[in-house]
This record gives sequence, C-alpha cells and structure tokens, in this order.
Amino acid sequence: MNTAFYIASAVAVFATAKVVTHTNPVHALLYFIVSLLAVALIFFCLGAQLAALFEVIIYAGAIMVLFVFMIMMLNLGTDTALREAQLFSPGIWIGPSVLSGLLLFELAVLFIQGEPQSASNAAMVSPKDVALSLFNTYFLGVELASMLLLAALVGGFHLGKRDQAEELPGEVK
Amino acid sequence: MASIPLEVSLFLSGLLFSLGLLGVLVRRNILFILMSLEIMMNAAGLAFVAASSHWGVADGQVMFIFIVTVAAAEVSVGLALVLQLYRRIHTLDSDAVSVMRG
Repeated sequence: MNTAFYIASAVAVFATAKVVTHTNPVHALLYFIVSLLAVALIFFCLGAQLAALFEVIIYAGAIMVLFVFMIMMLNLGTDTALREAQLFSPGIWIGPSVLSGLLLFELAVLFIQGEPQSASNAAMVSPKDVALSLFNTYFLGVELASMLLLAALVGGFHLGKRDQAEELPGEVK
Repeated sequence: MASIPLEVSLFLSGLLFSLGLLGVLVRRNILFILMSLEIMMNAAGLAFVAASSHWGVADGQVMFIFIVTVAAAEVSVGLALVLQLYRRIHTLDSDAVSVMRG
C-alpha cells in the first residue's frame, strides 16, 4: 500500500509537471487526466473511496470533457486535419498511456493482493459517514453550493450566448 | 501495515500546488492558466482528504466535495469567458487583454 502511494504520487507530480510545461493543449489535457487518475489512486490509498470516485467521475469525467469541448470548439489553428493525423503518431500518446498503464497495474495489484478493509490505517472514512456529515452538519453548505451552481449556470449561459449581437452588426446598436 | 504519514501527503499536496502556481505565473495561454487553477484546487482537495484520513473524520471529504463543486462552477464560467475572448479578438493570449477600456 505504501509503495502504491509513492508510485502514484510520483506519477501525479510527473504528469502535473508535463501539464505545466507542455505547449499543445490536447497533450497537456491528456497528462492532466493522468494526473487526476493518479490523485484518485492516492485517495484510495488514504482510505477515502468516495473522494476517489468523485475525482474520477466528476473531475476526470465531467470537467475535463468541458475542457475538451472548449478546445474542439475553438478549433485552434487552421491545420486541423494535419493535427488529427499527427494524433496517431505514437510519440504523442505513448507518455500518458505508459503512466496510466502504471496506475492500472498498481490498481490490479492492490485488488489481487488483499482485502481493502485493512488497506490504510484505522482512519478509514466510509461514504456513509461522509453523507451523514454532509447532510447534517454541512446542510447549509449544500444549499450554498446549489446557489453557486445556479449562478454558474446563469453566468455561463449569459457569457456564452451573446453571439447574435456579434454576427448581426448594426441591429440593436 | 504501516500507514502513510500525514507529512508526506501534505508535502505532495504542496508540491502539486506549487506546480499549479508556477503554471499560473509562467504561462500566458489562458487555457493553461485555467488548467493550472484546476491543479491548485485539486492539491487543496488532496490536503483536505489527507487530513480527513489522518484524523478519521468525514469533514475533509465533505470539503473536497465542495471544492469539486467550486471547480465545476469556475470552469464553466471561465471557459465561457475564454470563448468570448476568442470570439472578440481571436487570441488566447492573456496579455492581449491586460488593458481596460474606460
């Protein structure tokens, strides 16, 4: 379990350094997803399964898809066909796939070698505890989070929508 | 089985946070700045979860859920702003919008 933690943290730091230093947004995004998966494995090693699942489902699943949408929508550069062809060359995906293969290997070893109950130290927080704390103690926080998400929805809609005014000049001005 | 000491987790969290801060300071592409902000939030969440697991309380994971919520809201508004920026001046350079009009 300790070696799994240290390998996953090394993968996380390496992938994050690649995110910060890369020039191509798509490649940086690939490394960022690998970094998030590594942090999810760290959460598993720390005995926080709910946080790990949230990391995979919401962070690596939903938020990164937003980034991918945006990069596709902006359509950076005119030579997109060339870039698509370039995406199949192994020099680009070999780094992230080696790192995520390492993480997969670690996860398989952890699943094979034993019961997850004794995985970490005694401080193992079950999802039931988290849910009880979330909806009892932090109920006001849940309400505030819902307000925040509503504000983000309205703000994103408003900022992303003002398209007709740009395309039809002299209409409302 | 020996447990992972809290200091190691906090050091890792600080390292990831520093990398994200470095990205915000160095990069000028606004997409990379947003990604670095995400890295920093993720590092803060890692610190919360490490502390929660160290003391065996659920509050840290609750805070992590709130951090994920804030990150989702920030990304949706930030990417809408990036879209507007690209529509108006056709660049993603954050230095191009460093001057206010008014």
